[in-house]
Amino acid sequence: MTAYLSDVVALTRKDLLVELRSRDTVPAMLLFVVGGLVVFHFALVEDVSRLASAGMLWIALLFTALLALVRSFVAEREEAVIDGLLLAPCDRSAIWLAKTLSVVAFLALAELVALPAFALFYEPVTWELVAGVALANIGIAAVGTLLGAMAAAARARELLLPLLFMPLAIPLIVGGVGATLAEDPARYLGFLALYDLIFAILSWASFEYVVTE
Amino acid sequence: MSTSLRNNGAAFLSLLAAALLVAGFTLAFFWAPEAEGDPAFRIFYLHVPVALTAYAAFGWGGWKALRLLWTRDERYDLESYVAIHMGVIFGLLALVTGSVWARYTWGVWWTWDERQLVLFLVLFLFYSAYFMLRFSTPAGPRRARTSAVYALFGVALIPVSFLAIRLAERYIHPVVLTRDPKIESEMLVSFFVCLAGMLVLAGALYLAELAGKRADARLRELRELLA
Repeated sequence: MTAYLSDVVALTRKDLLVELRSRDTVPAMLLFVVGGLVVFHFALVEDVSRLASAGMLWIALLFTALLALVRSFVAEREEAVIDGLLLAPCDRSAIWLAKTLSVVAFLALAELVALPAFALFYEPVTWELVAGVALANIGIAAVGTLLGAMAAAARARELLLPLLFMPLAIPLIVGGVGATLAEDPARYLGFLALYDLIFAILSWASFEYVVTE
Repeated sequence: MSTSLRNNGAAFLSLLAAALLVAGFTLAFFWAPEAEGDPAFRIFYLHVPVALTAYAAFGWGGWKALRLLWTRDERYDLESYVAIHMGVIFGLLALVTGSVWARYTWGVWWTWDERQLVLFLVLFLFYSAYFMLRFSTPAGPRRARTSAVYALFGVALIPVSFLAIRLAERYIHPVVLTRDPKIESEMLVSFFVCLAGMLVLAGALYLAELAGKRADARLRELRELLA
């Protein structure tokens, strides 16, 4: 168990270090999410309602997450890192867990900018929204990392990943928008937690099958 | 020899499906009472069996996917794929018949109020992506396992999406009026005959396509041996 955890820590550290040195993904996500919020202002009529702006924020967050997911297996594929990782004497699910944790970290960084920007441009940020975003991050990262590994083997991988991910993201959008707007946010937060649990277990258990040749 | 036996199975099931469906629709149109004086309701005997058959096909595809991951036996890959293919065909039929039903009941071709219809749209998107994944990954054991994992995600997504659609109605339309028509026993019997017919039809199509795909694969192997 401790060996498993130290593998996960080492692998997460590897992903964060790669990002820290190359700065490929997070700056792009920050620009994209702020740019998205600005574009939405011009796409909607004056005095945009609270309801519309919340939905819009969730769409911006989802698309920003796609950027992180599309980039998440680039080094593994282009620099053949994945071959080294598969040869390493560690459980394959540790690779998934580490990748998921680093994607959660990138998403949290993007949201540290996106949520204040949303508060500045549109509506104040509530605790329910923050809780919803935190829970949705886990689901997005867990499912997205697995789908990213699947798409890495395909031809048009950057094109394929959003197609694979979109239908699976619909429940996350429902939970997120519900937590932001509904009168009983606890129900929606519970739903998000349920989604995280189901799909994290599924992804954790099935990662090995999609990366090995 | 095994191929010819399977084809006989498909032929037998086709005949059985034809008999059951003719009987089912005859019962549905001439024996079962009209529900609430609405003749359009009779599409119920087509739409609901088609929809349930699509679920059964997706479930069967998921089961075969699980068997593939479990046993690593390659033949389950084709079985899972063919089952999901059937599911998509029946799912598309369910969308079309549901849309026609909505047109005659509410006067619109599409309504977001009808949960099953929305769910089929989500599933249709999901399983279309399944085909994209399959056709853009080089054939081999990795594709088989990747497709199997995605098929299993589909089985998990069905109840989760259903729950999500129910929850979404609460903030999109706070008040939901459901009007369940009174179901009489004649209607129930007609419905089950139609459902059995549709399931047998799907089984026949599944076996026929599986035999075709297997013959295809065998032919390709022979060609490679000759080349």
